[in-house]
Amino acid sequence: MVSEWLVVTAVVISALSGVPGLLSPRQGPARERLFTGAMTVAAVCAAVAALVALFGGTSQELSAPWPVPGGQLAIRVDAISAMFVLQIALLAGLGAWYGLAYWPQRDHPRDGRKLRVFYGAVTAGMLLLVVARNGILFLAGWEVMAASAFVLVSTEDHLPAVRDTGYLYILSTRAGTLCLFAMFALLGAAGSSAGAGADLHMDRWPAALSSPLGDAIFVLGLCGFGLKAGAMPLHVWLPSAHANAPSHVSAVMSGVLIKTGIYGLVRLTSLAPSPPAWWGYALVAVGILSGVLGVWFAIGQHDLKRLLAYHSVENIGIIFLGLGVAVLGRSLGRSDLVVLGLAGSLLHVWNHGLFKGLLFLAAGAVVHATGTRQIDRLGGLSRRMPRTSLLFLVGAVAICGLPPLNGLVSELFVYLGLFRAATSHDGMWLAGALGAPALALVGALAVACFVKVFGAVFLGEPRSADGANAHDPERPMLVPMAILAAGCAFVGLGAPVVSMALDVVVAAWIGPGARSAPALSSMAPVVWISATSAGLLVVIVLLTWWLVRRARSTAAEPAVGTWDCGYAAPSARMQYTSSSFAERLIALLAFVLRPSVHPPKLEGLFPESGSFHSHVPDTVLDRVLVPSFRLAARLLGRLRPIQHGKLHLYLLYIFGTLIVLLLWR
Amino acid sequence: MTVIAVAHAVIHLLLVLALPPLMIGVVNKTKAFFAGRAGPPLLQPYHDLAKLLGKGVVLSKTTSWIFLAGPAVGLATTFCAALLVPLGGHAAPVRFDGDFVLFAYALGLGRFFTVAAALDTGSAFEGMGGAREATFACLAEPAVFFGMLVLARSSGSYSLSVMMGQAVTAMWSTSSAALAAVLVSWFVVLLAENSRIPFDDPNTHLELTMIHEVMVLDHGGPPLAVILYGAAMKLFVFGAVLIAVALPGAGRDPWLAWAVFVGATLLLSVVVGVVESVMARLRLPQVANILIAAGLISAFGAVLLVR
Repeated sequence: MVSEWLVVTAVVISALSGVPGLLSPRQGPARERLFTGAMTVAAVCAAVAALVALFGGTSQELSAPWPVPGGQLAIRVDAISAMFVLQIALLAGLGAWYGLAYWPQRDHPRDGRKLRVFYGAVTAGMLLLVVARNGILFLAGWEVMAASAFVLVSTEDHLPAVRDTGYLYILSTRAGTLCLFAMFALLGAAGSSAGAGADLHMDRWPAALSSPLGDAIFVLGLCGFGLKAGAMPLHVWLPSAHANAPSHVSAVMSGVLIKTGIYGLVRLTSLAPSPPAWWGYALVAVGILSGVLGVWFAIGQHDLKRLLAYHSVENIGIIFLGLGVAVLGRSLGRSDLVVLGLAGSLLHVWNHGLFKGLLFLAAGAVVHATGTRQIDRLGGLSRRMPRTSLLFLVGAVAICGLPPLNGLVSELFVYLGLFRAATSHDGMWLAGALGAPALALVGALAVACFVKVFGAVFLGEPRSADGANAHDPERPMLVPMAILAAGCAFVGLGAPVVSMALDVVVAAWIGPGARSAPALSSMAPVVWISATSAGLLVVIVLLTWWLVRRARSTAAEPAVGTWDCGYAAPSARMQYTSSSFAERLIALLAFVLRPSVHPPKLEGLFPESGSFHSHVPDTVLDRVLVPSFRLAARLLGRLRPIQHGKLHLYLLYIFGTLIVLLLWR
Repeated sequence: MTVIAVAHAVIHLLLVLALPPLMIGVVNKTKAFFAGRAGPPLLQPYHDLAKLLGKGVVLSKTTSWIFLAGPAVGLATTFCAALLVPLGGHAAPVRFDGDFVLFAYALGLGRFFTVAAALDTGSAFEGMGGAREATFACLAEPAVFFGMLVLARSSGSYSLSVMMGQAVTAMWSTSSAALAAVLVSWFVVLLAENSRIPFDDPNTHLELTMIHEVMVLDHGGPPLAVILYGAAMKLFVFGAVLIAVALPGAGRDPWLAWAVFVGATLLLSVVVGVVESVMARLRLPQVANILIAAGLISAFGAVLLVR
């Protein structure tokens, strides 16, 4: 009971946190500190609630009647909810602190107050939806979140690019909600025909999910939740939204907001008593597609935050892979696959929140200091922003799944699940046999991509004057990043502790009726992986320290630049750019990525100076959706007269529809 | 843990630390033989390392600590991978279910920092090398994991020490075709990952065509020694993986197995030297094609096991 009340408190406080600011003038601090304090209190409440629910044992449902048809004010913090609540609390709380220095009211009198009001609202919406036990309440939280996120994405709505982004986002989120409305309608219909009543309480979902309509419900959920999660090919809104939002909003969106889609799928599959195997295959297939194409599109990007956004697509793919393995395990009665797949999937949800939050905040620090997001205009920032560069490096190593950090642990679980599937002698071997090498490819591509970004932005010489006066950000921005980096290290080096929490969540997913699953630590080497990682870290630190000491003792203070094969006047623009780094990889998959390249025309023996530019647009958006929408616009043009913008006539339509529906009943 | 087990672990460690430069010596001697030269002495790589360790360090003012961390991480991660691979049929000192993931990802960490150190110099040539290294590694990774799938499926284990240790003898009698496919594929990966002809020429003199060597152009003295030692150890690790699959050590006398392993390592070095001597370098665009082909050969192996 205590967890539920704490979450309710957190929802109320965060929903109201930005409101006092509206009452104070634009100029001046506009109660920024009050907002940050309120968000901190809300975050602490939610985090305590989650920890109590995870480690404290029993949770109890809190419910009150609600006159909405099919609705009930029912919430409960079980282990699955707790996992998401904890993450929302962490990122929303840290983001609020970061915003204090990143988006201060004095620099943003126009949109600072709006940003804070809706930042609180988005947090409240997310917290509400992950603890809701009723479909209607879930949708209410979902819509608060989706609509507030629209305002956040279009914070700088005086810029045309931001307005376009907001438009694309609101279209996508409406499409997703449409799928969810249909899904809940089917859940209600199937539930009532199965004798469970039309109430959308989650206790009644299993009956609906095992009815003949179950497959349709799953497909609608996959589309609706997949759109929010940004799974390929439903990711079209995600890159530009993450790129154009303020960085701490990007961190919250990428770290937790898109995960609400994952939450929906995890919840849906947890309530399906015996899902058909094809659900698992579908999830694995979407996972492979998202993972491989997400990272490959990322490699082609020039915009730092857009690149990170495509990596969200990639990581959602990894999460889908794990979830797919778990669903396969459930449907084929393999509890080992359930444990490994689900633990990998959910830990990756967590890990992605940690390292992607960190990377977006670090990218924000770069943007803050240099005023540009273009990777090829940056360079050499590691000497001007040493702390930011170290923190970005931690995030980069973590997101590639490399030891000794957290990405390795969750990917290891997913790999073990995939390998167990691949070595089985029934139909699911194919899922594992394609999934594991695909995951390996994703890992290697991520290394290529992040070493490219880290090298181009932080190493070498500055490529333009943008970063010449850059310096590390203030403490409110640095400390949240450091906390997230410490989280990455903790999960990597403390995997045994984390696995205990995961056992609780897995048990909640399996449900009380089934026989208990084996412990994660009995199948995955959680102690070994942390111990080996720690050993590796020690050796690396000692060896680096020895080399640095040797270099200090023997080398004179560096006086000259890089040798560069004897070229006398090297310029910073001669450095390999991130685009040249990526060129060969892009060329390998050009038939999917469709890069647009504009080479200069060189004529004569001594051609004049020319310019070269290239970029990788979003294939799904530009080549599939936009043309098909154009076609639809042409075909549906005849219906345009009924779309006239007159409010009273719209109300008449609704009234008429209602009458027709009542008569039809 | 018995005394014998400790002794085997110590031998494992000693071989990992001491043998790699000798492999390079054997490769060079073989190439010299084919070229009709006397060639450097077999132990020359050890002398080279000693010489480099005694030298000073020259740093560019562009570089940061990453420049020195690159070689260190490269060596440390290769050493970590070496502790996971069973040598001569003896279980590795560090072994657990899923250690093959750590094996691949530790090498990935080494690659990350090696390429970062190259980019740290701000030199276009080193960026070029780094890009190639990262690109080709992406294509080699699926080949490695398809191979791991074959081993895991035919051995029923998820630990390197079993799937390329005790279980291999039995696997050759049940799934020899798949194992052969993996061997072919992994030999290609060995050549590519270790910058050997036909993928890369360790002795070339044109920076534009190099892959690995160009990334370390600006390193000298002790950092270069660490890089060369790490590169030799990487050849040793990949060689050990191939030998473990090709020559299952189970059933023989455990002490004799060590001698067989050392002999096989040197023989493999000769084979690498022969390949380097009789083949020409591939054009860079073809490297990708060959690596994709290697991945597909491994995948064929995986398909062969389905029944």
